[in-house]
Amino acid sequence: MLTIDRRSWLLRLPLGILVLVLVALCSEPVWAAPQEADPEYRALPFISSRVLMWAVAELHLMFAAFVLAVPIFALVIEFIGYKTGDKRYDQLAYDFTKLLSVSFSFTATLGALLTFALIVFYPALTQYLVKIFSWTFLPYVLLFFLEAFFLYAYYYGWGKLSPRLHLFLGLMLNIVGTAIMFIANAWLTFMNTPNGIDEMGNLTNIWEAINNYIWMPINIHRIIANVAFGGAIGAAYGAFKFLGAKTLEARAHYDWMGYIGIFVAICALLPLPFAGYWLGVEIYAYDQSLGITLMGGTFSWLFIVQAVLIGNLFLAANYYLWLSMARIPGAERFRGFIKYLLGIITLCFIVWATPHSLVATVEEARAMGGSHHPILNVLGVMSAKNTAVNLLILTTYVSFLLYRRANKEAIVSWAKTGNWVQFGIFAAVVIYVVFLGVYGYFVDAQTRIGLSRPQVMSVLFAMVSVTVIDIFLFKNAKSRGEIVWGKISARSQYALFFLAITFTWLMGLMGYVRAGMRQHWHVYGVMRDTSVDAFTPTLGFAGGVVSAIVIVFFLLIAIVFFLAGLSGRKDWEPKSGSRWVRAKASAPTEDS
Amino acid sequence: MNLFVFLAIAAAMVLIQFVVTRWVKLNRLAWMGIWWVALWAAFSYGINPPLPNSIILLFMAIITIALVAYLSADNEELKQAQDSIVRFMVARQYRVALLIVLFAIPAAVAAWTYVSMNEAPQPPSSGRTIHPPPPSSITFEGTAIDLTTANNPIRELQHTDEAAFAEHVANGRRIYFENCFYCHGDNMQGAGMFAHGYDPLPANFNDATTIAMLQESYLFWRIAKGAPGLPSESTPWSSAMPAWEDFLTQEEIWDVIIFLYEFTGFEPRAQGMPH
Repeated sequence: MLTIDRRSWLLRLPLGILVLVLVALCSEPVWAAPQEADPEYRALPFISSRVLMWAVAELHLMFAAFVLAVPIFALVIEFIGYKTGDKRYDQLAYDFTKLLSVSFSFTATLGALLTFALIVFYPALTQYLVKIFSWTFLPYVLLFFLEAFFLYAYYYGWGKLSPRLHLFLGLMLNIVGTAIMFIANAWLTFMNTPNGIDEMGNLTNIWEAINNYIWMPINIHRIIANVAFGGAIGAAYGAFKFLGAKTLEARAHYDWMGYIGIFVAICALLPLPFAGYWLGVEIYAYDQSLGITLMGGTFSWLFIVQAVLIGNLFLAANYYLWLSMARIPGAERFRGFIKYLLGIITLCFIVWATPHSLVATVEEARAMGGSHHPILNVLGVMSAKNTAVNLLILTTYVSFLLYRRANKEAIVSWAKTGNWVQFGIFAAVVIYVVFLGVYGYFVDAQTRIGLSRPQVMSVLFAMVSVTVIDIFLFKNAKSRGEIVWGKISARSQYALFFLAITFTWLMGLMGYVRAGMRQHWHVYGVMRDTSVDAFTPTLGFAGGVVSAIVIVFFLLIAIVFFLAGLSGRKDWEPKSGSRWVRAKASAPTEDS
Repeated sequence: MNLFVFLAIAAAMVLIQFVVTRWVKLNRLAWMGIWWVALWAAFSYGINPPLPNSIILLFMAIITIALVAYLSADNEELKQAQDSIVRFMVARQYRVALLIVLFAIPAAVAAWTYVSMNEAPQPPSSGRTIHPPPPSSITFEGTAIDLTTANNPIRELQHTDEAAFAEHVANGRRIYFENCFYCHGDNMQGAGMFAHGYDPLPANFNDATTIAMLQESYLFWRIAKGAPGLPSESTPWSSAMPAWEDFLTQEEIWDVIIFLYEFTGFEPRAQGMPH
């Protein structure tokens, strides 16, 4: 029990911190010094205003991504529950949705902080962007109100409204959320690839300013990436609850939740590299300087880091699927395939992570006969990397296929033929993808970029056609036993944490790359950055800031997990013999 | 590739698989160790010219992660591996072997330290950026050139006036052999007569990852501004490339660019396009 004195001290603590912050903000470098009438920038003591903006913007983005993603798959899961009548799906969708309300508040708070920070620290840039996009602000605010309405109606209306009305609310939540993201994307993509303005930077066409080179690629990329990210965070929540579960039922439920979350994340991860590649092509098409800054200049090292992270994502996703087979009777038949799948994944991972420009000593460079290694050089360019990522995707799909059929035995008469057809499709697509990759070295750049399309389409064709065959192949299949949810090692749950952290780190890293590629421009080629921060930070510093942001995000998401978990707890009751019970017992009753 | 090393590694693996396992039962952990050593040997000694150390480290890190994943992907196999480690640590029969291992690990670290401290000092590795991003515009003899939109004016002639185009190619050839071939070589492989004296070595234009990936305006920038025009990430102080704007006209530079593509058979990267 807190004493009065201690309580008042605790109450004064936030006030004290606030006063300290205000004193710090009002210290010499910021406000006390004589101010220009309209300063272009304002600085902070102790921390660069750019780093503050960076952290706030990235945290806002991460929470916004989560808030936009969860309703997408929660709605799909709820719809499955509605159509099948299986209440478990409804409960699962609700479990995911429980994470939304606190996250939405964090998103809005961080968004407000971002806006204030922009106005205070970058007034000239803010003024310019307001001048260009003033027409978009009113719809944005209206949509934001609508999102708040639909989100809380969707959350609080669970089980209280008719299923159809509830599904409609979920659909509206998704539509409004996506529209908000599209508007915000217009602002930030304009800064990278400005369009619809004259040579002096004055607006000539608002639609062209919105629909700039990378607006639609970013929209698509973000929708897919948000779903992957949201799924991974949802899976981490499942893992968090699984590890703390006290009953077999809870273990089974949260094991299932983790599986569904990561299934969503992997499904979104598979097409993500294609969307990213389209974005890269558009950036290059807008201005070769931007493209080369990304893929050939300083930032290319961050793409190597990205490749390592994505390789780890694919590896961890496959690892989780392999461990998940422990809960399926009959899965032991497919254990032998794991080493071959792992071999392909490792090989593709190595190709994907091989840099074009090497870090080499003078002696090593002389031994290579130049800056490029004759063998590694071949692996360092997009032809090899596109091929590797397509094969990574196919391999992950095969792992899922094995998982899917682990406890099934086909009984249709054409089972053997079906398997051979599936194998034939895989073999043909692998040969085709590798052929196109090799062919890419012998054609001009434009043709080579174009080859990524048939590579992607053939992989998609393989996944769709094999899935369709599989559905018919295992229709009314003989079961080797039911999946035993909850029967899985703790390692698998740590793999889910690893996936969530890696997704988040990757998001932070690539967010920095997208913003950083403008280098000394606020709006590329239009509005120069003349602040003291108009330099590209070192890769180590950038990595440190991104890591710190990820840690803060997970501290905040831990709060979300904690608060979401409270709703399932029993009401608080005093322990027997405690002061509360004694006080209650001695209190006069109505009878007395 | 050093085929002999690969054959030796493959032979050793076959020997272990079919001969050694008759006497000693190898669990998954042992196989992981064998694979790790085999792949390390292949990367370190099987590829010629040798891979830089940074790359070997990267590859081995990936392989280590993959092997650990494989080892722990099966509960039974993982338990067997854990049991074998515990048995090795506590069983009386392995006491001598354990003592050897306990001495061997610090001894290996000491030996590695001794060897690395006795190596001749080397300048640190550097991650030089080979293809730095170009500026959006440059000035050439006082005229501003927008590199985002600049096109090779000679390129049009390729389809409209073949004879005139051939003249420009011939002029480009003359300019190349009068000025460039001393470093970039007569086959454009970056192996000209002066090349051995440079670090970094001149670019190899036959490499599909150099001019074939770049727009012609990029080449114009590189030729016109040379090493002095490189950004710091590309260590302009290390490159011997002259700024050819001091010696050639704009048209001569476009001519030599045309010749580079004609000679190598590559097509330049097109500008703009998607959206």
